[in-house]
Formats: sequence, structure tokens, C-alpha cells
Amino acid sequence: MHDPKSTGSFLSEVIATTPGAETLITCLQCGTCGGSCPSGPDMDYTPRQLFAMINAGMRDEVLRSNTPWYCVACYYCMVRCPKDIPITDLMYSLKRIAVREKLYDDRDAPDWSTSFIGYVETNGRSFEFGLATRYHLTHSPLKKVGVGPLAFELFSRDRMALTADRIRGIDQLRMILDRAKSLEAV
Amino acid sequence: MAERVGVYICHCGSNIAGTVDVESLAQWAKDTLDGVVLARDYKFMCSSLGQELIEEDIKEQGLTRVVVAACSPHLHEKTFRKACSNAGLNPYLCHMVSLREQVSWVTEDKVAAFEKAKALLAAGVRRVHLHEELEPTEVPVNPNTLVVGGGIAGIQASLELADAGYPVYLVEREPSIGGHMAQFDKTFPTLDCAACILTPKMSDVGGHPNIHLMSYAEVEEVTGYVGNFSARIRKKARYINEADCTGCGICIEKCPKRVVDDVFEVGLGYRKAVYRPFPQAVPKFPVIDREDCTYFERGTCRACEKFCPTEAIDFEQVDEYVDLEVGNVILATGYDLFDCTKIPQYGYGRLANVFTSLEFERMCNAAGPTEGKIVLRDGVTTPKSVALIHCVGSRDKRHNPYCSAVCCMSALKFGHLVMEKTGAEVTSFYIDMRPLHKNYEEFYDRLQQEGMHFVRGRVAEVSDAARRPGEEGKLIVQAEDTLIGRQRRIPVDMVILLGALQPRADAKETALRFGISCSMDGWFTERHPKLDPVATMTDGLFIAGTCQGPKDIPDSVAQGAAASARVQGMISVGTVLIEPIVASIEEARCSGCRICNNLCPFNAIDYLEDKAVSTINAALCKGCGTCVAACPAQAITGAHFNYDQITAELEGILFDAPRGNGRHARRLEPALEPAS
Amino acid sequence: MSYAYYPGCSLTHSAEPYDLSTRAICEAFGLALAEIDDWNCCGATEYISINKAGAYGLVGRNLALASEQEGVRELVAPCSACYLNLRKVDHNMGVYPSIEAMTNYALAAGGLHYTPGSLHIRHLLDVVVEDVGYDAIAAKVVRKLDGLRLAPYYGCLIVRPQINGGTADPEYPTHLDRLLMTIGAEVVDFPLKTHCCGGHMSQISAETAYELIRHLLQNAADYDADAIVCACPMCQFNLDAFQSQVNRHFGTDYNIPVLYFTQMIGLALGMEAEELGIGREVVAADAALAKIGSAVPEVAAPRRPRRDDKALPMPRRREEV
Repeated sequence: MHDPKSTGSFLSEVIATTPGAETLITCLQCGTCGGSCPSGPDMDYTPRQLFAMINAGMRDEVLRSNTPWYCVACYYCMVRCPKDIPITDLMYSLKRIAVREKLYDDRDAPDWSTSFIGYVETNGRSFEFGLATRYHLTHSPLKKVGVGPLAFELFSRDRMALTADRIRGIDQLRMILDRAKSLEAV
Repeated sequence: MAERVGVYICHCGSNIAGTVDVESLAQWAKDTLDGVVLARDYKFMCSSLGQELIEEDIKEQGLTRVVVAACSPHLHEKTFRKACSNAGLNPYLCHMVSLREQVSWVTEDKVAAFEKAKALLAAGVRRVHLHEELEPTEVPVNPNTLVVGGGIAGIQASLELADAGYPVYLVEREPSIGGHMAQFDKTFPTLDCAACILTPKMSDVGGHPNIHLMSYAEVEEVTGYVGNFSARIRKKARYINEADCTGCGICIEKCPKRVVDDVFEVGLGYRKAVYRPFPQAVPKFPVIDREDCTYFERGTCRACEKFCPTEAIDFEQVDEYVDLEVGNVILATGYDLFDCTKIPQYGYGRLANVFTSLEFERMCNAAGPTEGKIVLRDGVTTPKSVALIHCVGSRDKRHNPYCSAVCCMSALKFGHLVMEKTGAEVTSFYIDMRPLHKNYEEFYDRLQQEGMHFVRGRVAEVSDAARRPGEEGKLIVQAEDTLIGRQRRIPVDMVILLGALQPRADAKETALRFGISCSMDGWFTERHPKLDPVATMTDGLFIAGTCQGPKDIPDSVAQGAAASARVQGMISVGTVLIEPIVASIEEARCSGCRICNNLCPFNAIDYLEDKAVSTINAALCKGCGTCVAACPAQAITGAHFNYDQITAELEGILFDAPRGNGRHARRLEPALEPAS
Repeated sequence: MSYAYYPGCSLTHSAEPYDLSTRAICEAFGLALAEIDDWNCCGATEYISINKAGAYGLVGRNLALASEQEGVRELVAPCSACYLNLRKVDHNMGVYPSIEAMTNYALAAGGLHYTPGSLHIRHLLDVVVEDVGYDAIAAKVVRKLDGLRLAPYYGCLIVRPQINGGTADPEYPTHLDRLLMTIGAEVVDFPLKTHCCGGHMSQISAETAYELIRHLLQNAADYDADAIVCACPMCQFNLDAFQSQVNRHFGTDYNIPVLYFTQMIGLALGMEAEELGIGREVVAADAALAKIGSAVPEVAAPRRPRRDDKALPMPRRREEV
């Protein structure tokens, strides 16, 4: 019997790295996900189209798509999907595979994620000011003209710190993260 | 006397022969098994040539026992019993071994399959040696039929039986027959008026000499068996004396109490506390709803009583119980509409201008709350744009996984009615368009030509939160148009939800009361999904219409007619043979402990006070064996499944198990091995 | 009742007012919060986008530390994203043995272990509503929020996805509505109450986020809300801090303060605005707060067409039937 999840297919790869995603093979292409998605209008493919492309084995096109990066993790698609497909979690999986294989061309979103986790790995906490300056100054600063006054607004209201907080157990956290990363690439 | 056993192994095309080496199996049986005088393999044992083979062998070779190793006895046991009977052998001296369902379909390893086939065949041969001749009991069939549910399926079944000359008791829960079809405006795909085609049938029922109609009544209890059922009917108090009532309707006119009608008008309109659901109701007698009536609430009013010209009002009336004797029962209890508030993103119950399909049917109906005008919830404004949402609660694992079968066509019909009556723009949001039957695809084509819009995409949400210019004051339907891969927001004035067809809320209790089963979803289970769709596993009990699964009017009518034809067949034969595979009690061993009495699922066991023993009514017994296993004195024997027969079968299964101390039949552990 | 408290990174700086008001009302209600010692970031939505095992290890450390705390079985998080991350890791560890093994293998490198199910992870809103209860809250109100029209804004992650059950409706919850009514506010039936604030899109593709924020502000303005009341630092940040940029981008002039539900409760309990961190929002809340206690509450314009004799009855909802 033909098994759509047969080892080696892109579909099986995506399912294997996502908890509870076996239901993906039952997608009926109804578009509830694409219709519900708050950032759907700005995606190059709707989630539904992405699933059809995964099924068709269009690995490169899927991993180069901006769709997973535009997912806001609102989970509307997941609670509405008539086939119980964990769509948000699938988007996370696609992002991880795309980052590993450096396939996503527009670096804005992946760089935001990597900057964010860079601060977490250094300090154990996120660092809003550092993140904002490092990320926004390296990514088309002209487009972000509003960020300067905003940072000032927040600073003047004591809602932004200029130095990072660091947890005491940062060495313990790094050991945990190092071992975790040794387990699997994505 | 040594029995002469014939063994027949069926190839079932390649179904069995593809996995099991049937020739070697036949040879092995002939060489090894006791009493086997011949063993044949044959391409299709169930063919007439295969059956003739058995018949000839019985006559010419003097066979006294027959074992057919083929498919499941569910399918062909009757066939081979009949072949034996034709050749003069008692049919119960034949035994079937299931090589297909239990071996070839479930075992890929050919060596293991062969070993398992040997064990099952050995079991069958050992068992058949001990079979006894049995004779079925013949019982008469009562020509009366009970039909439960007065929707279109029940009406059709009742009329066909009655027209054939047989008496029918038609029991309907609501005050009038008609069912959901009576609520509809038009019917697809021909667009003829539902009332125009339904009400003639309803009055036929009302006036038919062979139909005894009991509306506002429910079946409380059913006992008995095929041909001889007893049913207890509770006729709910109408507080109106049917013998005196002329149906003039003055009571309704004078009643001062107006309430929302949640049933017939599905909450969209009003009725009085004394009411008839609709003008053409059959029977014509109204009902006083005790819950709503001012007299029952406060002890005063009695306006209806004062004005009734025939003094038919009777506030003292109580529920009445009627006992019926019938030979067969047809269940046609219908469906419930999905509760659309369970999908909150569609806004039903919160956004005023979101309607259900049944609400829309009532609105469209000239006899409905708006006299057929399609208007918004304010009761006056005509919509300029309408969205139809398919699959609301259907094809959805969170609610009902199945397709409700009628919604696509209903949506097309609604589209036509909206455009015809209001000229509004209509957009249907569908997942897959499924116009399956005769002239349905053509209707879809017609609606496309009439200008209805179609968006392929399940609606994500309906909202009143305007986002862009032009959306203010509208309901915005948001969906992905999957054919272009873009999200669309379409502002409309009115949204109609095509809710799923669901089993009745009390379907499981009904099934239990009548002794039939339900699927996981709650639909009544037919005897065979393709070949026996209106019979059930309980003889004499038939099902028709949407209680068996979602279907439209033509299919419901067809099933009503089919169920009636099955019943007519039973009545015209006049008698029915009851399987002799039943339990019996050996009086001498019975201690009268009565343990079996309450365990019997068919109430077939009675206790004889005078003899202080229990006894089994063979006509009610289904041979399930519960009492046989439960009897502490081993006083009960199941015919065809007695201790010796079952022990022999076990011994056969264990034919190659290690033996010792002559206790091999008790050693059950190895039985698990040969199967794997 | 005692709770392990996980504030999360936002509550230490940009959402410090949420932390202040949370601690203040919990003390008033007798809920003892024991902050998890040396907790770390939950990874937000970013860590899981880069590395799965690392994301589980990150959250796992917090769960392990919390479960080591004496006598605590309940863990409360005021941030919706932290709440979901903590809850999801606990749930997936319990359901998928491979994830449990992966997480605990990583934690073992830091000498830690977490047994899934040993903590009951809850959002602050649920704790307030379920453990304190509307009646007990009402009994403590000394300053009813009369005349204040509030738009209850749940955002996404309190009600979605429904992991481990979850009692609130994922599309149309009403517990925050009821809570705000309990403290005397006038609550608008906010249609976008569970819609997205834009999440991290405000950082990576601002225009996408601006449109979502604009829609929320427009809807709150259409309903004449004096303020939007939220229960998540990300929602507050996007709606408050980006409001002026949204106005600039679309040429609009929305001016709707965005406050935390804890601040509203604090006000109703008679606390001072300052101790609740009020005044640190970018869009000033002065005008809205000035309304509290006004003697003549304005009557809201009817939102639904008036029922006349011709009107068809509204369908009765499940709970009414």
C-alpha cells in the first residue's frame, strides 16, 4: 500500500519533528487556516497552500516561503481546523528546518529570532533594549524611524533598562542548552 | 455410527487461495482428520456449481456431515445450509470455517496462514461430528405494523403498507405529522413547494381506513419478537377531547398567551399556548401546552374552554396508555439540526442577522413568521447581500466527521430563493460542492447561470467588526478563497448557516428501547450498509429515513417504501421461522436460583412458581449464551453450542499442541501460539 | 493559597506595572506568590523557531526549579506567552515519551529533573477568577468603576490552543467580561476580544502588525471604549507603545489607553494609581480614570437595532435554554 508518510518524503520529515502532526495527511484543503490567519494577507503562500506543497514534495519552495515567519502564533487556525492539524507547531518546525538549511532569503525574521535567543543564551533573560538596538540598527534602520522616539518614551516611563539582567545560574542553563543542542539540529 | 464428513475449501478467487495453499490443505484434511471421506478445493464454493457439488456428494457419497471452509458464516452460512437441505441433509449438520476473515485477510505470512487454517479446519471437523439435527420453529406474523415517526419516511412507509391492505399504527411525538419536510418552503432540485407535495400525503394518512394515527404520543416500551411484538404507547394529554373537537380553531384564536415556538418555527416565530403547529396539521386537533398555559400556571383564564363550541376542552385529561400488538416495527425518527452556537466564530445567537438553515426555511415559507418575506432580524429590512456557509458542524472532527449530504443542495436552493425574492447578491462558501443525485449537477449549473457566487473555502469567521470602508454595519464573512489562495472579507447583510444533520438527541435511548444498535455517531445501524440498508440486526425491526444517516427527501422516501416492502413480504408469507439455536433448561438440574432471569438481555426467561424452576421462551431466545455461562448448576444448554461441541472445537484448535496426562483439552495456553 | 510565581522577562521592565499590580492585588486577595528563584526566559515564540530541544530545556529549567519549591503545586504566570510555553512543555512531556526523555536528558546536564504533571500551570486571570471568585472580589470592592466603558481584550494565548482541556471558549470567552462587570465597569461586547495584537510582527514586519493594531483600536473606538483592558504584556505593548505609529501610518487619531486587568481591580479595591504602575503607559489614561466615580454615568447608545413588534426573536443561546 502507498504510504504518504513513507520515510524520506518531505511530508514524513515535517510530521516527524512536530508532536501530534500525523493528522496533516488528512488535510482537506478547506482553507480555514488561511482564512483565519491575521497575517495571511502578507504571506506569499497561505498555510493551506503550504500543506499542499509539502504533500507535493516542494521542499525548496516551502522552506523559502515567508509563511512560517509571518505566523503570529495566535492559534486561531489550530482551534478551528476541522482535521485537528497542529498548524502553529508545523510552522515552528518549518522555521527550524529553514534556519538549519539557510534557505529563507529574507533575513529579518530569522535574525530577530537568533538575536533574541542570543541574549537569552548570554544572560538567561531577554534584553529588550539590546535586542531593539542590535536588531533595528542592522536591519534597514531608515524604515524604523519610529523606533527612536518609542525607545525614549519607554525609557522615560521606566519601562526599558539600559543594561541586561543576568541570572545566577547562567552556567547551569548553558550546560542544559549545550546538551539539548547536541541532541538534534532542529 | 461413524460419520462421513465432506470438506470443501473455497479459493474465493484469490482472496483465500492467494495466501493459503488450498490444495495442500484439502489433501491434509483428507489424510489427517477423523471421518473425512472427501476433501475438495473449488474456485467459488458459493456459486451454483459449488453448491451442486455439495448436493451431489451428499447424495452419491452418503455424506452425513459437511464442513465448508470459506468466508465468514455471516455471509454464506444460509447458502450452504440450504444446499444441504436440498440434498436431504439436516441443514444444522453443516458447519462453516472462516478462512478468509480469520486467516487470509489478516495473515500475511503464508506458512503461518497454512498452520492457522489447519487448526481452524481441524476444529470445524471435530465439532461437526457432534452436531445434532435441529428444526426451526414456525411462528405466525401479526399483520399489524408499528411505524414510529411521522416525517416523510414514516408517512411513505405507512401509506404503502396501508394501501396494500395492512393495518398500521403511526406514532408521532409532535402534535402533527409532517416532520422536517413540513417546515420547508421549496424542495430541490425541482423547486416544487414542499407543502404542495407533502400535504396530500398527510391528509391521505389522516383519512386512511388502515392507518391508526397517534400524534402527540411516544412509544414507552417494546417487548416480544419478530412477528409478535407488544408496544406500550403513551398518548400525552392534549387537554382536548379528540372525539368532540371539530378543529375549528376558535380556541387558538381566543387564547391570550403568545409564546415563542421553539419547535416548528425553530424560535423564529410565535404560537399560542393552545396551538396547531401549522394550518394543514394532521390531525387537525390542537394541543394545550401545559408549560405555557395561563390556566395551568395561575388557575385562571380558561378562555379556550369558554369559547369552544363543542365543549371539547378538558383540563382534567391525563396521559393515556395504549397497548398494541404488532408483527413488525419501522423506525423513522429523523434527525436534529446541529446547534450552531457551538461554533462561536460564526456568531449565531450573538449576531442578529446570522440564521440557521431551518430558520431560513421558515422565513421563506409563506405560512411562516414573515409570511415568506426574506428579511433581517429587525423584521422589515430586505437584505441586499447574503452569504451561505456550508459544512457548519459537518466534516469537522470537533463536531461531526461526516458529510451531511443535503447542505450543498439546500444552499443552491436558498441561493435561488434569495435571488428570486429579493434580488440580493448571494455568495456560497463551500469546501467541496457535492450535488450527487439525478438532476442535481444541472441545478448547480443553473444557479451559476442565475448569478450566484461561489467561493471555495470554509469560512473562518463572521464578524461585525468593520475593518475597511464599506464594512460598517455589515456582517463580514472572512475566508480564504482557496482557488486563488487569498484571504477575502466579504461584507453581507445576512448569513445563513447550513447546519449539520445529527442523530436525534435521544437516539441512543430509542435504540436501546427497540433493541437495535447505533453507530459511533449515533445513527441507527443497518443490517448491511449496501445490501440490507433498511433492516437491522433485530428481526422484524426496520429503519427508514434520516435516523439511519443524513439523506435527502428522495432517499428518505425510497427507504420508507423499501422498509414497507420488507414488512409486506413478512406479512404475506404469514409465518416466520425462528432459529432453533436457543438455550434450554434441564428442569431436574435447575435449583430455581433465578440468576439467569435478570441476565437475559431479551427477557426470554420466566420463573415457574409452581415448579420452582426457570424456563426459556424459545421464540424470544436469541441463543446468545449469557444464561448458559451464568448458570451455577450447568442446567442450561445452548443448542448448537453445547459443552461437548465447544470442547471438541477447542481440541481441534489444539490438534498439534503437546499432549500429556490426557488433559490436553484443558490446556489453553498453546492456543495462542498457532495463530501468530 | 500558595503559588509559584513566574513573572517572565517583560514584567521586569517594559511590563513592570503588570508585575506591581499583580503583586498588589494578590496580596489583597491573600494569594501568596513565591517567585521562582533565578528563573530564566521562557523563549517566547523565538527559541522554538530555531531549536526544539533547546526550547524544551529552557522552559524545563523553570519547571524543574518551580517543582523543587516546598509545598507548591500551582504555578501562575501573568504573561500569556510564558503561560502557554510552560503549559505546553509540561503537556507535551506528559504525552510524548520521546519529548520527556529529550527534555530530562538536557536538564540532567544542569543537575535538574522535571516530572510532567507535577505542576498545575495557570494564567493569572484564571487564578483570580477561579480561586478568588467573583463574589469574593465584589465583596472587596470599595470604588466601583462606575461609568467607565471598558473593552475586555483577552488576546490569543489565554484561550488558545486548548491544551489539557481549558474551560474558556477559544473564540468567545466571557470571564474577563464578567470580572470587569464585577468591579462595576460597563463592559462593551468587544467583537475582537480574542483577535491577535500582531505579536512579534511589530518587530519583523511592522506594517502587518500595524493593520492588526489599527483594527483593534478602530473597533474599541467604534464601541466608545474608554480603555482596552488586557491580560498580556505583549498585547499591552503592541497596542500602547505602537499606537502613535499606527496613527502616523494610517493618518488616524486613536487615543485609547491600554491597561492591565490587575490595575483595574487594584483601582476598584481602592489602591492608589501609582502603586499599580498606572501612569507609565504611553497613551495616557487620565481622561478615562477621571470618569471613575462620576455621579451621572452616561447611558450607552444602543448597540443593537431596537426590537419592535415586527422583529423576529433572537435565537436563545445554549446556556439560556
